[in-house]
Amino acid sequence: MLEIQQLAVNYRGVRALEQIDFRIAPGELVGLIGPNGAGKSTLLKAMLGLIPTAKGTIKYCNCPLCQHLERVAYVPQRSQVDWDYPITVWNVVMMARTRQLGWFRRPGAAAKAIVNGALDRVGMLDLKDRKIGELSGGQQQRVFLARALAQQADLFLFDEPFTGVDKKTEAVLLEVFDELRSAGKILLISTHEWGRSLDRLDRILLLNQCLIADGSPQQVMTPANLQQAYGVSLHQPINRDAGADLFC
Amino acid sequence: MLDFLVDPWKYEFMRNAIAIGLLVGILCPVVGSYLIVQRMALYGDVIAHAVLPGLSLSFFLGIDIAIGAFISGILGAGTISWIRSQSRVKVDAAMALTFSSFFAVGVTLIAVLKNNIDLDSFLFGDILGTTTLDIYRTASVTGLILTAVWLFYKELLFYTFDRTGAESVGLPVKVIHLGFMAAITLTIIASMQAVGVILVISLLVGPALTAYLLVKELHQMMIVGAIIGAIASMGGVYISFYLKNIPSGPAIVIVSSGLFILALLFSPSQGILTQRFRTF
Repeated sequence: MLEIQQLAVNYRGVRALEQIDFRIAPGELVGLIGPNGAGKSTLLKAMLGLIPTAKGTIKYCNCPLCQHLERVAYVPQRSQVDWDYPITVWNVVMMARTRQLGWFRRPGAAAKAIVNGALDRVGMLDLKDRKIGELSGGQQQRVFLARALAQQADLFLFDEPFTGVDKKTEAVLLEVFDELRSAGKILLISTHEWGRSLDRLDRILLLNQCLIADGSPQQVMTPANLQQAYGVSLHQPINRDAGADLFC
Repeated sequence: MLDFLVDPWKYEFMRNAIAIGLLVGILCPVVGSYLIVQRMALYGDVIAHAVLPGLSLSFFLGIDIAIGAFISGILGAGTISWIRSQSRVKVDAAMALTFSSFFAVGVTLIAVLKNNIDLDSFLFGDILGTTTLDIYRTASVTGLILTAVWLFYKELLFYTFDRTGAESVGLPVKVIHLGFMAAITLTIIASMQAVGVILVISLLVGPALTAYLLVKELHQMMIVGAIIGAIASMGGVYISFYLKNIPSGPAIVIVSSGLFILALLFSPSQGILTQRFRTF
């Protein structure tokens, strides 16, 4: 169980997040939705201890999450990665084993088999010797998905995984999310463009500095909640397609 | 032709120069590769200029100048981090101000303390004046840093490619950052005799950048960069031996930059002319 209580985060002297309370049980696929600047990335980073928190607790299995970082797989936004870095697909995914291998140890047969399996799952094994900068945006996202899989984590945090990806990658991402959910993993996926994938989620956390709503997609995607989060006025009840338009 | 290559080896000062040139030629591109992939090339320049106050003070106090230079270099790097963490000042502006300030303090200290330092040799290097002690010192630093890179390669690869990701899995990123600063400072001190603090940035960046245009992985960049760095050092030493009025430090840097231009034009994968020929 992942449990966030009374979380508040300051960024450059300004309160970026406050009064954040939620729980995610194993086997839940949860979307973190909100407009740009709502604090979605800040929340994920604060959970990992990358940004100091002003208040509150972040617990996993009743212990502070920062004591279980080896069980967390974090996939950053594509814009945070230097795609001109001289590295191949294989070595990006092998990074996932760094912590598990420990200091001074080189990857052995077991680590190689895990990396091989992860690349195969996302359909990138054929391109394992390719430099990452030579891949398309969707392929790059699949490499990072493979890196998360190779970490064999229990908690997966994805920051804007659907931004700038092709249909094939979107399908692979959704399939893998389903598989991880079935395997009892916790998934928290931040995004501002969900399209028609909303109904794949078990729950949605609607965020804009504070948590505006927490519930099933139907409970959360109401005109009143969306107006509060996005500051737009919707004159008719939102249906699936209208919601999709809003987030694309 | 053989005499051309063998003649310099008859002199001890040339053997020393070649030895330290090879060591620095190998060490600088390995450290420089990390600077380039982290977009921190100018950090090297800052630290190189920042060693001067410590160097001057330790000379005045009669202690090993490497100690003062090391502390001063680390202080320079720390100053940039401190300015960035305490204000909204961008890193390039913080670097420009820090390196010029430290350099000014260094030059002032030399004048005020009336140090009998040959400033030119620290600024531009004097590889032909290399002593055995210089070689031992540079060899020790080279051995230490190459061993650290070999031992911690996978952690350093993770950190330099994706610092946030490395921190998120619990790697000690602050310790690694401090280690980098120490390694850069030590490399600059080890290279002072060969190319001087002003030109060392060229040897840190030039061969590694040349290699960057030729390979696709970090470890290949380091190996190819080290070969190019060694060639540049040897080339520079030979040029300054045969063309007496060409100083050794600048000669090494000019060879290194010349090799970069060649790679920029003719790299099989990224060369400007290669790509143009390919389109015909």
